Amino acid sequence: MVDKEFERPKGTEIVYERPKSLTDVVTHYCPGCTHGIAHRLVAEVLDELDARERAVLVAPVGCSVLAYNYFNLDTQQAAHGRAPAVATGIKRVLPDRVVFTYQGDGDLAAIGTAEIVHAAVRGERITVIFINNAIFGMTGGQMAPTTLLGQETTTSPKPTGRLAERAGYPIRVCEMLSQLDGAAYVARGSLSSPQNIAKAKRHIRKAFQAQLEGHGLGIVELLSSCNVGWKMSPVDALKWIDSHMVPVFPLGVFKDWSAAGVEAARLADSGVAAG
Amino acid sequence: MGQRVLMKGNEALAEAAVRAGCRFFFGYPITPQNEIPEYMSRRLPEVGGTFIQAESELAAINMVYGAAGAGARAMTSSSSPGVSLKQEGISYMAAAELPGVVVNMVRGGPGLGGIQPAQSDYYQATRGGGHGDYRTIVFGPATVQEGVDVMSKAFELADKYRTPVVILGDGMMGQMMEPVSLPEPLELAKLPLKPWATTGAKGRRPNIINSLFLDAEECEKHNLALQAKYDIIQATEQMAEIAFPDSDWFVVAYGTTARICREAIQEARAQGLSVGMVRPITLWPFPVNAFEKVVERAKGFLTVEMSLGQMVDDVRLAVNGRCPVRFFGRTGGMVPSDEEVLAEIEKMVEGRTR
Ligand SMILES: Cc1ncc(C[n+]2csc(CCOP(=O)(O)OP(=O)(O)O)c2C)c(N)n1
Ligand code: SF4
Ligand SMILES: [Mg+2]
Repeated sequence: MVDKEFERPKGTEIVYERPKSLTDVVTHYCPGCTHGIAHRLVAEVLDELDARERAVLVAPVGCSVLAYNYFNLDTQQAAHGRAPAVATGIKRVLPDRVVFTYQGDGDLAAIGTAEIVHAAVRGERITVIFINNAIFGMTGGQMAPTTLLGQETTTSPKPTGRLAERAGYPIRVCEMLSQLDGAAYVARGSLSSPQNIAKAKRHIRKAFQAQLEGHGLGIVELLSSCNVGWKMSPVDALKWIDSHMVPVFPLGVFKDWSAAGVEAARLADSGVAAG
Repeated sequence: MGQRVLMKGNEALAEAAVRAGCRFFFGYPITPQNEIPEYMSRRLPEVGGTFIQAESELAAINMVYGAAGAGARAMTSSSSPGVSLKQEGISYMAAAELPGVVVNMVRGGPGLGGIQPAQSDYYQATRGGGHGDYRTIVFGPATVQEGVDVMSKAFELADKYRTPVVILGDGMMGQMMEPVSLPEPLELAKLPLKPWATTGAKGRRPNIINSLFLDAEECEKHNLALQAKYDIIQATEQMAEIAFPDSDWFVVAYGTTARICREAIQEARAQGLSVGMVRPITLWPFPVNAFEKVVERAKGFLTVEMSLGQMVDDVRLAVNGRCPVRFFGRTGGMVPSDEEVLAEIEKMVEGRTR
């Protein structure tokens, strides 16, 4: 990585630059993939919270398995689905560090369902960035637990796509986790448009705040595109998030410790008190 | 060495771990090792440590992975079915070169098996256990005291070689009450620093704990580096006891089985039979050097196990055809009696084939 400062012409001001929490490396993501946007949002938030030097990332198995090359952070690469357990181990040893996982839908909502649920049950002070692209990107576009009914994948093929009778229904992770007392902040955003991206960044910041202030687990689900797995153009893929995914996975904040009344209820419940 | 106290095997192992600087324990209940997590759940908070009852053995071993990667001395314990689940994490720890201690109080298998003592996880423990070309250091202590002693050693070697270490006990040893001398607690501040740990990239380049090598050439290189480490371990860390080294015949056994065999050997010697014992303490590295000391004079070896014959393969490799190697075992939770072992010794000496 070359950290060469360019001389800035007089009277100009930097309005956009690479966050310090990212490395200067070309990613392997497919053109049009939103993993890169998600990386950048997380990195911007870490920079803004001045957390880069005390952050520890837990990378998943999935297209973002190489996240340790792209984030300029201490990182542990975890076995498929186990990132919340690994993050638990790290956070319990280093309670003053900012520990977060970055996981896909196969990683978090299929093989790692038990790990994410119980990390939330325990109220682990970790942050979880959950990339829901309704598919297993890395292994070549197989059905994910979040694959929509009727959606074609290599294992839910034409002519029916995912069929409820055979393959069940898409799992709504935020709705499920928001039922757990140990989850302090649960929100779903989308990377489909500049407005949504700005909102998603606010969710991410809040999910880190939940950890920094010791409230419990913070998770942000990001509806993301996998234009290659979906066999669409990048632009169509973004439109498909809005037209097809949002109706099944509504956007919004499902749980927020800081919302009126929620805090009081949590404090009354000594089982999940901070400390 | 401090005070001598009467303790149950499982609890003695747990206390020994605390004294070896273990402050993080992650486990999931399974008989016959529940006294370890139970003890840790009350003991660790007293010393500023953390106990978590995980949702599964998979989660527990991956918590060990995270804690070890963050620089702590961490451990988990379980019994056979649970240790099968831990193999994923053990393989990842071996690959990512993370230290940690895994106790397996072996019970009868396969499947759900039973809850009585067994040694049928020997292959799993000594051949790596999970996927890939790797080994873990494996101890097979025979007494509660030896369990306590190897616990300190286990944490020391785990850190020294950055590799997971397995302590292979059995239900009998976990439940047994014996007097033990506990070591003085290690001072955490005196433990070696771990500059590779992920503690936040403050003023340095990021530390990355990883087992992914997409490039085959890189992956082979990584494997060769691991192998070089295993070669050093094999050359320097073998532990075994030889009883009556001048004997003509030898029994080979480890763990609880070795204690039973010791009785049988006493009886055989009282009858005038020239029988000794080779007792492996490290099961990997297998103590081939101990065999070299006696194999030239030995007329034969009898391997006794609580399995249908697993360690006997390593005995045959060590003996390498230089004299006959026999086997006797009970399995599924059945424990060989000293009479049975004595009868097998007599058969060996008389040259009878069963
Ligand atoms: C134990 C195990 N099972 C299966 C795999 C193969 N595998 C790698 S990534 C993946 C799914 C990834 O999908 P997702 O988590 O949605 O991430 P994406 O690639 O879509 O970002 C699978 C099944 C594996 N590496 N390990
Ligand atoms: S396969 Fe899909 S998720 Fe993976 S990098 Fe390509 S577009 Fe992104
Ligand atoms: Mg996916």
